[in-house]
Amino acid sequence: MGKVGIIGIGQSAFVRSYPGSIRELVFESFREAMKDARISGTDIGATVVCSAPEYDKQRSPAGVIAEYLGLNPQPTFYAETLCSSGSTGLRLAYSLVASGLHDVVMVIGFQIMSQLTSAESQERMGRGADIQWESPFGTMMPAYYAMHARAHMAKFGTTMEDLALIRVKAGTYGPLNPNAVYRKPVTLEQFQDPGSFLGGLVAGPLRAGDCCANADGSSCVIVASEDKARAFSKKPVWIKGIGAATAPVNMAGRDRLTGLAASVEAAGQAYKMAGITPADVDVAEVHDCFTIAELMAYEDLGFAKPGEGKNLIRSKETYREGSIPVNVDGGLLSKGHPVGATGGSQIRTVVLQLRGEAGEIQVKDPAFGLIHNVGGVGLYGNVTILGVD
Amino acid sequence: MAKNELDSRFAQFGTVSFASVTQVNDFIGYLEEGKLMGTRCKTCGKSFFPPRAHCYQCLAGDMEWFEIAGKGELVSYSTLQYAPAGFTEEVPYTIALVDYGEYKVFGRIDNSVSEAELSVGTKMKTQISRTPNGRLTYAFMKA
Repeated sequence: MGKVGIIGIGQSAFVRSYPGSIRELVFESFREAMKDARISGTDIGATVVCSAPEYDKQRSPAGVIAEYLGLNPQPTFYAETLCSSGSTGLRLAYSLVASGLHDVVMVIGFQIMSQLTSAESQERMGRGADIQWESPFGTMMPAYYAMHARAHMAKFGTTMEDLALIRVKAGTYGPLNPNAVYRKPVTLEQFQDPGSFLGGLVAGPLRAGDCCANADGSSCVIVASEDKARAFSKKPVWIKGIGAATAPVNMAGRDRLTGLAASVEAAGQAYKMAGITPADVDVAEVHDCFTIAELMAYEDLGFAKPGEGKNLIRSKETYREGSIPVNVDGGLLSKGHPVGATGGSQIRTVVLQLRGEAGEIQVKDPAFGLIHNVGGVGLYGNVTILGVD
Repeated sequence: MAKNELDSRFAQFGTVSFASVTQVNDFIGYLEEGKLMGTRCKTCGKSFFPPRAHCYQCLAGDMEWFEIAGKGELVSYSTLQYAPAGFTEEVPYTIALVDYGEYKVFGRIDNSVSEAELSVGTKMKTQISRTPNGRLTYAFMKA
């Protein structure tokens, strides 16, 4: 079986409110990816379209998007795993190419969240949990991750300052990312003031600064077979490992709240397939929907032992110059989290890093990059490893 | 109930109900009697909380009800300062997970318990109660 590569990447700016429709938003990342790949529409064999449902009124968005992008009569379909929809799209594209069914497959991720109020948006997210047994209690994402933060702090002595340091890192790189929704630096002092915007509690112990923002955005990743990748692209980046797993939706089914079992399982699969260990990863994009999510990712991905994630952030090892740069594009905390578009944005950052095209945030000579993209509260976990060879 | 009417007793559960038609509606009947119940497979013995109508272990559908009683340990909790649509009038409230050993129960801390009394590991018990809007639910008290 030949290799599967990524030949084109694009994303829109992630903004608070996109002044247009979904098809128009998708076009922006499609255009960037198509120019990056230097292919035409007829080269695309199929398109996977990914987003979280019920944020806009278009049912069955895949067909509408295919038409707008000039991709009839090629096949398209919709794929969803909440916040990891974008990387699930990559997994599907990989499978379509690896099976030989198609040579070139495009993955579109999108989300427009600004048409809902904040309460409606949280209500949708609350219904991403078990609607029969958990949603009736009024659940939402920050509160679930807050429970994980509290459990982690109780077991390992992680502190609120450790979580704040993660946001401070995100605030270092957000200003360098023209596509990020939040481009201001963040200081520890801002966290210490409960009356300030960042320091106010959302769901104890998490504060507003510990939470990513909603945003509107789209992303596009073009995947190709080895032959097509070498023909089309000067610098194809190869999909070396790809893992996916689930955990029970209901918190009552979880063994522990100090990490995400789906991430651990997916990472194990990806490392095994790529034939590498965590120490071989040169740059990573992890799913920092909340500061605690990044901290747990350090441990779930094997960058630190359980409980020792705090050491990595305290010693700045996850900054660009450190031993394992994580989220040096600002992460979800600075970029914002247009749910369906996030996976593609993470993939794009790692591809740019591996090509040596990451500009100010370039990590030195990376050979392997890792994308960790989680859906819901670790309900779905995707880990993808990309390599230069 | 009329023959063609769907059994939607489950619509009474929680502040807002999103799923009213289910085969485990007796859960509601038991809540009305003051009991929190799970189900157990009569064929292979596997227990479920929340209760289920089916056993995936042996594919049978012959379940019996059992009562969740006694004390559990508080795994974690969080007090929400903002709520999703439909729950905004109840803020602040605290969601929690309690470990009974063989199963865990997810729900809310009773309004009578202050957060200052709680920490990870506190012993809790589950009590049937009413939501602020008068519907059926259960909540955790200190044991």
